[in-house]
Amino acid sequence: MTKSKPESQAIEPEVNLDLAKSHGLLEEEYEKVLEILGRTPTYTELGIFSVMWSEHCSYKNSIALLKQLPRSGKRLLADAGEENAGLVDIGDGLAVAFKIESHNHPSAVEPYQGAATGVGGIQRDIFTMGARPIASLNSLRFGPLTLPRVRYLLQGVVRGIGDYGNAFGVPTVAGEVYFDPCYTGNPLVNAMSVGLVEHGKVARAVAKGEGNRVMIVGSSTGRDGIHGATFASEEISEKSEAKRPSVQVGDPFTEKLLLEATLEAIATGFVVGIQDMGAAGLTCSCSEMSAKGIEQSGGGEVNGVATGSGMEIDLDLVPVRENGMTAYEIMLSESQERMLIVAQKGREGALLEIFKKWELEAVVIGAVTTDGFVRVRHHGKIVAEVPAVPLVLGGGAPVYIREAVEKKPDVKFPVLAPDDEIDFEKEILDLLGAPNIASKRWVYEQYDSMVRTNSLTLAGATDAALIGIKGTAKALAMKTDCNARYVYLNPRKGGMIAVAECARNIACTGAKPLGVTNCLNFGNPYKPEIYFQFREAVLGMGEACRKFDTPITGGNVSFYNESKSGDEVTAVYPTPVIGMIGLLDDAALAVRSTFKHEGDAILLIGLQLETPDSEGLTGSEYLVRRYGELGLDAPAFDLDAEKRLQDLLQLLAAKKYLRSAHDCSDGGLVTALAECSVMDETLQLGFTAELRTVLNSKFGVQELLFSEAQGRVVVSVSPPDADAVMREALAMNLPCIYIGTTGGNGCTLSVNGKEVLNAKVGLLSHRYFNALDESINEVNSPGTL
Amino acid sequence: MSKIKFGIVVFPGSNCDHDGEVVCNALPDAEARLIWHRESDLQQSDVILLPGGFSYGDYLRTGAIAKFSPAMTEVVRFAGQGGLVLGICNGFQILQESGLLEGAMMRNINRKFICKFVSLKVANNNTLFTSGYGKDEVIRIPIAHGDGNFTADAETLRQLQENNQVVFRYCDHTGDESSEANPNGSLYNIAGIINRRGNVLGLMPHPERACDALLGSTDGQKLFESLVRNVVAERL
Repeated sequence: MTKSKPESQAIEPEVNLDLAKSHGLLEEEYEKVLEILGRTPTYTELGIFSVMWSEHCSYKNSIALLKQLPRSGKRLLADAGEENAGLVDIGDGLAVAFKIESHNHPSAVEPYQGAATGVGGIQRDIFTMGARPIASLNSLRFGPLTLPRVRYLLQGVVRGIGDYGNAFGVPTVAGEVYFDPCYTGNPLVNAMSVGLVEHGKVARAVAKGEGNRVMIVGSSTGRDGIHGATFASEEISEKSEAKRPSVQVGDPFTEKLLLEATLEAIATGFVVGIQDMGAAGLTCSCSEMSAKGIEQSGGGEVNGVATGSGMEIDLDLVPVRENGMTAYEIMLSESQERMLIVAQKGREGALLEIFKKWELEAVVIGAVTTDGFVRVRHHGKIVAEVPAVPLVLGGGAPVYIREAVEKKPDVKFPVLAPDDEIDFEKEILDLLGAPNIASKRWVYEQYDSMVRTNSLTLAGATDAALIGIKGTAKALAMKTDCNARYVYLNPRKGGMIAVAECARNIACTGAKPLGVTNCLNFGNPYKPEIYFQFREAVLGMGEACRKFDTPITGGNVSFYNESKSGDEVTAVYPTPVIGMIGLLDDAALAVRSTFKHEGDAILLIGLQLETPDSEGLTGSEYLVRRYGELGLDAPAFDLDAEKRLQDLLQLLAAKKYLRSAHDCSDGGLVTALAECSVMDETLQLGFTAELRTVLNSKFGVQELLFSEAQGRVVVSVSPPDADAVMREALAMNLPCIYIGTTGGNGCTLSVNGKEVLNAKVGLLSHRYFNALDESINEVNSPGTL
Repeated sequence: MSKIKFGIVVFPGSNCDHDGEVVCNALPDAEARLIWHRESDLQQSDVILLPGGFSYGDYLRTGAIAKFSPAMTEVVRFAGQGGLVLGICNGFQILQESGLLEGAMMRNINRKFICKFVSLKVANNNTLFTSGYGKDEVIRIPIAHGDGNFTADAETLRQLQENNQVVFRYCDHTGDESSEANPNGSLYNIAGIINRRGNVLGLMPHPERACDALLGSTDGQKLFESLVRNVVAERL
């Protein structure tokens, strides 16, 4: 240990309040830095505080609310936020690690690398825990495809996700893509990874044991991505283009080597702790691992500094890509494909050998201490000496509860055209080709969805993806979901629906929902109306998660999703993306979404359409496309009924009654029926169905066909089983009606005896599968959205 | 009799090595072992499998760097002695780069990576790799590649056809080798070829992904079974 004070280097700017503000720190936060250190920070230290206290790393404006989410459960092996990702027990001595994260701002300026490194980052979060990634998912939002810039973003993002995931060798199995003008300047790119790990082989993100070695492994450190975390914590504007250097560059080949080497290293038992380097790079891993060590030590305190662990590192030892990198740059670099490892003293040689075998750099750069400080040397001098705990979330990082004020969106419900003036077949075909509903084949065929030979479902043809677990009969069901339009119209209800829809998709396969990860994409939390949306959506999610017994295991918050064009600032719709995992004990009992056998009975299970408090078409895709209005509220939703429906679906699947099950969501009942027919290209089967409107109901044919009222599922069953299924539904107090029969190559639907659809499966299929390609490839295609 | 040994060469960036291993180990008379690309010992393998993936990140050119590995030097020698070599996807590209198979792969004609099930016609079932299939049998196997657009000069193509070296062709589910059924622009819908001697086969589709009904197809199984049966027959 040294007595000399940290020194600024000659070329560095003078640290003062102005410089702190330009680093994104508030005046009160800078005051707090002065208080913690008892002196003016060095330039490097200012950099460290500014990234650790950025929204991205500190969750300062969200953590108080996130703590109200259900974050524990009997299957959870780690509470939310405790590890890099959530960890859920699935029996057989196995656990699932999973997490979703945003890479919105990098993708807005550099779509290819932004998306690629988003995928890479989330994979590292999983395998740094010792889990082998088995599947990737994503959730994407863009502006209208009529805009060339949007097509450029979509193409770049999809290629970035594909190139990274395909080379990395993990299948991309499910996702969602939505288009809406609110995302034009600020697309959303959320990536999720799911991994498997044996109990007892989980690696932890902790630094402990005085004298244990601190190693940096993987890629060398360059100047890319400096202040990426800060960049993520501000709105996008014309100036953002200049932040292109803040976007990291991905190398999936190195990541694949890092994966294999890391898992091999962890298996030796010599790894005390390990954390990937994502946002805020070396700074974040040093301080978080030290703080975790201090927490676990039960901790003492010396001169107000929590002790028990700490780290001393020498930046001269860090492999760098460029000469002349400053301490500030090395500490803040977000170069990809790097890990920080704490190795048992004396065992570092064995670990170095493993990384050498995989042709990766691995260097000891320091050691674990006990005095509570992160101490950084460069060129023989101490350039930073900061107590670890005050830097981190849950330690001394600021926590704010912002002002929340409801501001009703400026929306209305239109006057509907009379049913007899509507050409329903035309409307149905139009809806099937709407970019938000049409097949995303153009997207998912660019992803390797089958590598590792566990994919039990065809990409795009399912409600939730099913991934078999080799060596067991089990399968995991997984899905991402969020209808942000609903959240915009009613944040509380919309938050609940996002969770419910995800859980329903999982239950449709017969699987039991187990746990949730979330990626909360919102605007600027300093605006009271945005913070209101955030609070309400989180509360809604929490309520639904409690109902379904699916705790939140972790996730990510992305604020400042706003873009500025001239004087106009647009916030994205509040978009709390839910990623959910479910478990199916016997993969052979899995239920698929599409009709399978000629002559099966088609049943509709779920809520009656009409509820007193909402218009039938509110929030629906049909209303937006046909009338150009959103309506006043999210669609009808009943949390209790939703839970009963999911229980029923699992029961029916276990009793082998279900030949198919698909939920009614975007585009309503008629879209669900059409999807059951066409989604699986190898198995296209028509149907004949007959619906009736309820006498004296205020809901007509449009509502019947296109309402997005929640909690409804279309199933097909062998005719002799139909009665039993209806009895089971009745026993759960759920309506269940017979609506038709599968078979033939035509889709025929009539309402009150009058035909509204009579088309060949091939016609619907062609529209469904080709619409997105046409929207993307036609340069001049006004009016496709 | 001892089990038929499949030696699977693992390059940095291979990612279908374990998938192949699982399939080989599931065969009753076979077992798989992984061979690290730096090793020069092929461990008495009966069949060498070059798996799919992105060896060396596909940087420079697909398969271009892998051919310089010590294991590949041995594989070329092994093939020269008549040893059986199967290259799948990236493995096929490595065989081309190593000169064991003809032609080259260009970027897919739509310039995108494509992953999906396709139909293939078994154009030649008179090989050690395909004897379990019927002549012109139509099978369903997935593809997953960005550079699978097979090309060769006219003379090479003529010889491939004349010597019956084209083993798999892309077709539709009825067996029609139409241009619509050609996913990547390959000349003559070529999906897989064999060398003249009949001991080295390369194909872009992934038979190891079609060996389990739960995965949607078992049509790839016969390829591995054919190999095992024929190696056993040779031993007797």
